Amino acid sequence: MTRWSSKAALLWLLLVLAISLFAKSLALQSYTTITADMPDSPPSKTHYLGTDAIARDRFSRLVYGTRITVLFAPVAALLMTSVAGLVGGISGIGSRALDATVMFICELFLSLPWMFLLIAARAVLPLNADPYVSAAVTFFLIGLLGGPGAARVVRARAREWANSDQYLFARSLGISPLRAVLVHLPPILRPVLTAQFWIALPVCIIGEANLSLIGLGVVDPLPSWGALIRECERPDIASAPWLLAPVFLLVATLLSAQILLQRNRENI
Amino acid sequence: MTISPPTRLAVLFSVAVAAMHGDNTLRFCIRSEPRTFHPLLVDDDASETVRYLTGGVLIRLNRKTQQLEPALASRWTVSKHSRQIDFVLRHGVRFSDGTPFGPADVVYTMQQLMNPELHSPAADSFRTSPGPVDARVTGPDTVTILFPGTITGLPLLFDQVPVMSSASPLKEGAVLGPYMVAEHKPGVSVTLTRNPYFWEHDSQARPLPRIQQIRLDIQKDRDGEALKLERGEIDFVQGIDAELFDRLRAAGNENLSFADLGPSLDSELMWFNQAKAARLPAQKRAWFSDPHFRRAVSLAIDRAQICRIVYRGHAVPARGPVSPSNKLWYNSELTTASRSLDEARKELSAAGFRIAGEQLKDRSGYSVEFSLISNSGNHAHERTLAIIQQNLQAIGIRVNVLTLDFASLIERITRSFDYEACLMSLTNVGLDPNEQMNVWLSSAGNHQWNPNQKQPATDWEARVDELMKRQASSDDPSARKKLFDEVQRIAREQQPFIYLVHPDVLTVCSKRVGHLQPALLRPQLYWNVEEQVMQ
Repeated sequence: MTRWSSKAALLWLLLVLAISLFAKSLALQSYTTITADMPDSPPSKTHYLGTDAIARDRFSRLVYGTRITVLFAPVAALLMTSVAGLVGGISGIGSRALDATVMFICELFLSLPWMFLLIAARAVLPLNADPYVSAAVTFFLIGLLGGPGAARVVRARAREWANSDQYLFARSLGISPLRAVLVHLPPILRPVLTAQFWIALPVCIIGEANLSLIGLGVVDPLPSWGALIRECERPDIASAPWLLAPVFLLVATLLSAQILLQRNRENI
Repeated sequence: MTISPPTRLAVLFSVAVAAMHGDNTLRFCIRSEPRTFHPLLVDDDASETVRYLTGGVLIRLNRKTQQLEPALASRWTVSKHSRQIDFVLRHGVRFSDGTPFGPADVVYTMQQLMNPELHSPAADSFRTSPGPVDARVTGPDTVTILFPGTITGLPLLFDQVPVMSSASPLKEGAVLGPYMVAEHKPGVSVTLTRNPYFWEHDSQARPLPRIQQIRLDIQKDRDGEALKLERGEIDFVQGIDAELFDRLRAAGNENLSFADLGPSLDSELMWFNQAKAARLPAQKRAWFSDPHFRRAVSLAIDRAQICRIVYRGHAVPARGPVSPSNKLWYNSELTTASRSLDEARKELSAAGFRIAGEQLKDRSGYSVEFSLISNSGNHAHERTLAIIQQNLQAIGIRVNVLTLDFASLIERITRSFDYEACLMSLTNVGLDPNEQMNVWLSSAGNHQWNPNQKQPATDWEARVDELMKRQASSDDPSARKKLFDEVQRIAREQQPFIYLVHPDVLTVCSKRVGHLQPALLRPQLYWNVEEQVMQ
């Protein structure tokens, strides 16, 4: 990995962060303003990315959408990874009975139709809930519900370590199991958890967009990357390539983060 | 479904003829699986399509001229204050399996229709008064049907009643319409084939229908339907979304023709929850039941903007419950509902509301905000919500918009009443005011803002009840028009439903189909299917 590429990646991430911090100054108008222009118009001097289906400025919506996504999605991905780490870790190093029980619960959890829980969550949430509250609840649920799937991968790595000579050696030196788990296990699990985090991030972004179907998620008029990406679901997307801007943002951001991680690993 | 040997032979013959003449198949999409092939149990659009194409009726409404035309009955007379109808039937007509058609079949159909155990949705319109229906054969080609009470627009109701055979072993499988069901592949398609015994002939005495087969593809997704049309896999789409319509037209496909037939009979509307059972805060209940508040909201909504942006110009602002396309019943004295923020503010101040900063407050100092729900997945509704939200911001009202899955939405607006305001479409199938009885009577289930009332909650609802009942029992068209004009005027004044727009009927057809005569009334494109040809 060249020094140049990691610099570019860092610059990009800083740029995305800056966009989300200074959304209000960068946007040409509010994300709710319906302009007098035609809906679905192509890019112009007044609308850098054209207008959306109800004649709102697409560029402004993308800027605000970046703020929402950068604010919530990493927190949800972190929650998902933490749940996976905790459950997978306990299962991996615990007794066989505990392992079997925890994994059984995880599999049961995966087989349950969670859409009903989400619909129930929507029913409990008041209709007048603030859009930000609705977004926070959605990301929290995605983070929580996504954990058990990733926990199985973490559990496999933890179990492998618990059965390894390295662990036996540590124990023979008189290191207590608690110290082994608290001090030795985290560095072993770190690569798995890091990978899980980066897998979870796009899952959270797209998952949120799909949940708007049942009235959860970031609800209109509040924009998010997920909601803007869903606008690409049309057969004539080839004739309107500017609609792909949020896809480009998502891919570039995930790629930049990967480059920096790789670079970090190489340095170690 | 079983098919008798002679019918099977006829089907095979039809298919062979079709093969000889090339692809003589009309193809279009239905949006769900037909729930039933029983013509008297139809309650969904897909089954309705099959019924229209296969069922033979006594009287047919010409969808283009909006006039009744003789079908299996060559003539009819209505008497006894619209309680009795006498039919003279056509000679020599046969069902699709060859069984002869006669007055006994009409009597049998009426008995089946009115049988309470069958629960036929089509029977509800005939049950205006308690008591039995007396259908009897009065001659070799004549039938008389006597109802216990007056039924306004009685002949029109027979457009919805396909005649069933009393003698055929196929029961409802024997039909009198231009087509019969040949094959049903669940989840994929329904294939109809030409009825070899269909009674109608063209002006040169050639048998109708001309198209050998109709294939109905089951396709839920509208984008998928449009894609099939572009690829030439289907021949037309009726009731297409404005956005898809414009997109297909811009693509410049020379094999397709496009038609905007003008405003449909349907309305897009919103209403506030005024149901007694609703658990609403007292101040919101007070706002929603105040006509000044409802009128202010109506005046602040920019209907022209909704037409321009959401429907791309393919809609007209609504003045009231009747679309301008319904020329017979439309109250043209109602003024156009154009946006006026000044008028809206006047209405609000008359009801004690005042602006504090950028927020509207009521008499007790509560900030005015409400949630507005609609069904998710409907782009037009999602976009209309966003426009209303912005429009009402201009008079200081904060609207929280939300789309819910259809089942949750229906649960909220019909059972739990746990909502504040709702945006929906109201589909009108027919032209007559009687079609709207289930909306305007305070005891009706579709009286959506406050349904199933035991006693009318307000004086104006009591007045509307009286007007609707009087027009339903009158057989003088001009008196009925006056009564229904009054209902429209009250609806405009009270705004229980805030009518927004009437979307246009948009159709896209392949140029392969000849003799298409797009009409405003459903089914807009295949109402004259027996005359259509594949070119």
